[in-house]
Amino acid sequence: MIANFGIVLGEWRSLATGFLNTVWICALSGALSLLLAVFVSMLLVSRRHGVRRSTQGVVDVLRAIPFLMLLFIVYYCLPTLHVRLSSWTCGLSALIVYNTAYFAEILRGAWSHLPHEQEEAGRAYGYTGLRLYRRIILPQIFIAAGPVLGNQMITLVKNSAFLMVITIPDLTFMANQVQAIYFVPFETILVAVALYWILCSTIEWTVRRMDRVALVRGHE
Amino acid sequence: MSDHQGQGGPVVEVRGLSKSFGPLRVLHGVSLTVSAGRTLCVLGPSGSGKSTLLRCINFLERPDAGVVLLRGEQVGVHRTPSGRERAMTDRELARMRTRFGMVFQQFNLWPHLTVLENLIESPIHVQGRSRGEAVTEAEALLDKIGLRDKREAYPSRLSGGQKQRVAIARALAMRPEVLLFDEPTSSLDPELVGEVLAVMRDLTREGQTMIVVTHEMGFAREAADEVMFIDEGVVVETAAPERFFSNPATARVRQFLQRFA
Repeated sequence: MIANFGIVLGEWRSLATGFLNTVWICALSGALSLLLAVFVSMLLVSRRHGVRRSTQGVVDVLRAIPFLMLLFIVYYCLPTLHVRLSSWTCGLSALIVYNTAYFAEILRGAWSHLPHEQEEAGRAYGYTGLRLYRRIILPQIFIAAGPVLGNQMITLVKNSAFLMVITIPDLTFMANQVQAIYFVPFETILVAVALYWILCSTIEWTVRRMDRVALVRGHE
Repeated sequence: MSDHQGQGGPVVEVRGLSKSFGPLRVLHGVSLTVSAGRTLCVLGPSGSGKSTLLRCINFLERPDAGVVLLRGEQVGVHRTPSGRERAMTDRELARMRTRFGMVFQQFNLWPHLTVLENLIESPIHVQGRSRGEAVTEAEALLDKIGLRDKREAYPSRLSGGQKQRVAIARALAMRPEVLLFDEPTSSLDPELVGEVLAVMRDLTREGQTMIVVTHEMGFAREAADEVMFIDEGVVVETAAPERFFSNPATARVRQFLQRFA
């Protein structure tokens, strides 16, 4: 068994490449989907009935399907409609779209719990429209939703493992290759799991820090 | 504040203001005038429309009818140089609201910002003043309300009385032409009311123009230049405080005052 770990460690380059790919895939799609979610959340509370309802419809559908299904839709179904994307484009866009739906819904939820008086104080002090959202509302809903956004980020990391099925060389994909070549499944997967655990624990640690911020800076 | 001292004439003038929420008539034909440096206290039973009146003055609620003038400029109406009138855009209206300083019953400080940041937020980001100037002025205001040592604290760490004093400083930081107080002591524990009223008394003495909706009879009696009583959305009586409290003209006010005697 020690010898098997030796084989796995000998392949550390492959695993490190997979790990780093997973890290940047998650960081990039996390950041982009959060940015998109900020705009989508504004549509979710739009005063225009049609805008609000149709956006909510799309968000609800996305949240109701398994990520793997969305990935298949993008990777297998779009080509039949003559839309051909590289596997990288497919994987990243599926992750981003899927998480945007979750992030946007989380922000909308936090917004609905923000006391109306906060928005009103902003308006009384000359804020309106986008500036009101950016300076007064958004910081408060980020503080309130921080821990939930962090948990969703952990889900994003785990969903990213599905990208191996469309041949993206993430940590799961590389671990699978290593175990297949040397036939040491137990040890390889143990190492991969440990790496996922480190990544998710780091996020978890950040979430706890955000909890403490919310205690002081959140609305009562 | 000093930049509009010495100008006589009304700062705020309200004529025939009416507001309904659905079938509920909250204000009906309310008129008032507040001259520079004067304090008007608005009294009346709960649900009489006092808060709605304040919120209509700075157009947080849009009145159904009537006119609000701030130094002769009609709130909510933009007048082009050629004299044509149109409704203000949201942005123009927001800009005009900064000329009213509003103090809320529930303080409504922004919890994500420190005390100092609460004071400089709107001066910098709405009024476009420089950060250095805004900070200097905010620090002077914190000295004045005796909370300089709290400048880096978040609102959650303050007592109710401290929060309301900071909220008053936040309003002053915009150099408003008039301060609007919406029952500023109603959600405070009794022992914290005094510190807030003390700050407000100082402001009246300094010649700050103020409209104060309150249940504090003592404050109205001592600090107001004029007292207005409204009931069911209608002005019942407006008088100087001595007259109002000792010899009210209407039976309705006499009845109201008896409960505080």
